[in-house]
Amino acid sequence: MEEQPLFSDLSEAERKALEELMPDEMGEIMSSGIKRRHFLKLFAVTGTSLLAANLLGIEQLMARSIPIEEQPPVLIENGINVSFQVNGSTQKLMVDSRMTLLDTLRERLGLTGSKKGCDHGQCGACTVIVDDKRVLSCLTLAATCEDKKVTTIEGLATGNELHPMQTSFIKHDGFQCGYCTPGQICSAVALMGEAKNGDASYVTANVREKKKAVELSNEEIRERMSGNICRCGAYPNIVSAIREVHGDKAVAQVWQFAEGTI
Amino acid sequence: MRPFKYSNASETAAAINAVVVNPTARFLGGGTNLVDLMKEDVMRPSELVNVTRLKFSAVEKKENGLSIGGTATNAVTANHELVRENYPLLSMAILAGASAQIRNMATNAGNLNQRTRCTYFYDVNMPCNKREPGSGCGALHGVNKNHAILGWSEKCVATYPSDMAVALAALNAVVHVEGSDSTKRSIPFSDFHRLPGDHPEIDNTLKHGEFITSIDLPANRLAEKSYYLKIRERSSYAFALVSVAAALETSGNRIKDVRIALGGVAHKPWRARIAEQWLTGKEATEANFKAAALAELKNAKPLEQNKYKVGMAAKAIVRALEGAMQGGNYGAMEADLTTTN
Ligand SMILES: Cc1cc2nc3c(=O)[nH]c(=O)nc-3n(C[C@H](O)[C@H](O)[C@H](O)COP(=O)(O)OP(=O)(O)OC[C@H]3O[C@@H](n4cnc5c(N)ncnc54)[C@H](O)[C@@H]3O)c2cc1C
Ligand code: SF4
Ligand code: FES
Ligand code: FES
Repeated sequence: MEEQPLFSDLSEAERKALEELMPDEMGEIMSSGIKRRHFLKLFAVTGTSLLAANLLGIEQLMARSIPIEEQPPVLIENGINVSFQVNGSTQKLMVDSRMTLLDTLRERLGLTGSKKGCDHGQCGACTVIVDDKRVLSCLTLAATCEDKKVTTIEGLATGNELHPMQTSFIKHDGFQCGYCTPGQICSAVALMGEAKNGDASYVTANVREKKKAVELSNEEIRERMSGNICRCGAYPNIVSAIREVHGDKAVAQVWQFAEGTI
Repeated sequence: MRPFKYSNASETAAAINAVVVNPTARFLGGGTNLVDLMKEDVMRPSELVNVTRLKFSAVEKKENGLSIGGTATNAVTANHELVRENYPLLSMAILAGASAQIRNMATNAGNLNQRTRCTYFYDVNMPCNKREPGSGCGALHGVNKNHAILGWSEKCVATYPSDMAVALAALNAVVHVEGSDSTKRSIPFSDFHRLPGDHPEIDNTLKHGEFITSIDLPANRLAEKSYYLKIRERSSYAFALVSVAAALETSGNRIKDVRIALGGVAHKPWRARIAEQWLTGKEATEANFKAAALAELKNAKPLEQNKYKVGMAAKAIVRALEGAMQGGNYGAMEADLTTTN
């Protein structure tokens, strides 16, 4: 395999910031790669979480788009011209009628944050927000997206400022492998809107009660997030992360690092 | 997935015509069922006509009830104020199905047209009369724990998976469709889906190219006492093993009107007419609910692996009726279950 320069996706400024932060460990990082404790140290020291996340390679959490050269597919049958917004920028492209939104995001637009878990609507890893609603991009044909506004995990942060839901997932350790995380976060962000809107769920005590913004119990959060499966079983922490953002008040972090590990 | 022609319909007559003239064309709603089945190579349309931009997404009052649009999403329908207030049974049933993401995509018309989840149907290497008429039914003597206990035939023992449709059956909904040359017709819900008989490849009585414009819900006095109970292998995001839509109108404790429909037991939503007749005019008591449930399920013919469904369905009917009597209040119902069980 060809050697990749370390942190090739970091900007000059970010690389410099890294060196200033951890001059003594830079050599070790270079030779042994990034370890979780470096990540955490960066976190503790800086709060520049976007940088930290890049370093760790848990890009799942707040995935940024990587610049890729668009590879036009070899053969497009039944090509459809679509124009839609992705994370605020207009995209115009020709897609095969069979192309899903998920494959379009990942393979044509370089937005690999959205994940393909099952490709059949059964796991939620591919969840994105289309016109303010959470949907499954694996069952959405790209051709149906004309004029729509798509938000993916890459579009949630504002510059280097994470979306509160991303910050909360970090604080509450709402993931292990991170594969389901972009879907979980997009889903949770849209859920906040549904709750404000007073939407009901199957466990809502009385669906006939007039709609007003609803406060979500843990049971409600679990039911409403059931479309996002987590193989690692990070559910309790995911619920805590969502509760913190939803409730607008701090929820205690239930984990901490063993002494001497950072 | 096989190649197919695609268009975004902007005009109803043209959309209908496009499907009418091509026997292998299909309407595309949210795509949550059709796209999945196309990926599995179970369905192989040569052309898709996306109908979600046509103007059939309204939920509106009608003279004698409510009309819900064929292309309205399940999520919008379940959360519409008029549906929540007047047809809570429908809201509960829709919200019991799939996930928030899927309900945001799924249309009401697509929901009624979704196909069975029988695993043999999904696996193109297996025999299945529904997918390939004449190839045999893999489930009849195979893995059939999730299959029908009522109304099946030797040709097919599949169940119909929609939750929404179970509520619509109980609510005496009427499906409005439009065909070629703008011909319109209305289909009473009990005539919409069908039993398999000798032709399991036909799920319902819609003709090729007929487009569902709306579904009417007649006015009723059942809103205060209705409940949708769904039993499944995990508590959310799973299809029903058995489900029950129950609704009552009582005067004192006497039953004036009662509706019971079962999901997960047959090739169509199963209206429990025997139980309903048994209960009408009687007192709303647990003993009567039990007797009615047993009367209905006396005719059940379970398969090798799904005998459990008979007892489960009987108990579910009783529980759902009790839930309805408590005002369809999920909280109260759950609290009651945890204290009595
Ligand atoms: C993982 C998963 C879990 C699910 N769990 C549940 C569950 O628990 N309970 C439940 O009830 N459902 C469940 N579903 C099914 C889901 O509800 C259906 O897939 C959905 O309702 C179909 O609607 P759609 O608009 O996406 O249909 P599409 O997939 O677009 O279309 C389905 C069929 O309807 C036809 N059609 C679409 N619109 C019209 C129209 N206007 N007129 C005539 N024909 C039309 C299409 O041609 C196609 O044949 C689940 C689905 C998935 C993927
Ligand atoms: S039960 Fe019906 S759908 Fe399932 S294998 Fe038999 S014929 Fe096919
Ligand atoms: S990849 Fe879309 S739901 Fe699993
Ligand atoms: S964190 Fe691994 S699947 Fe959820």
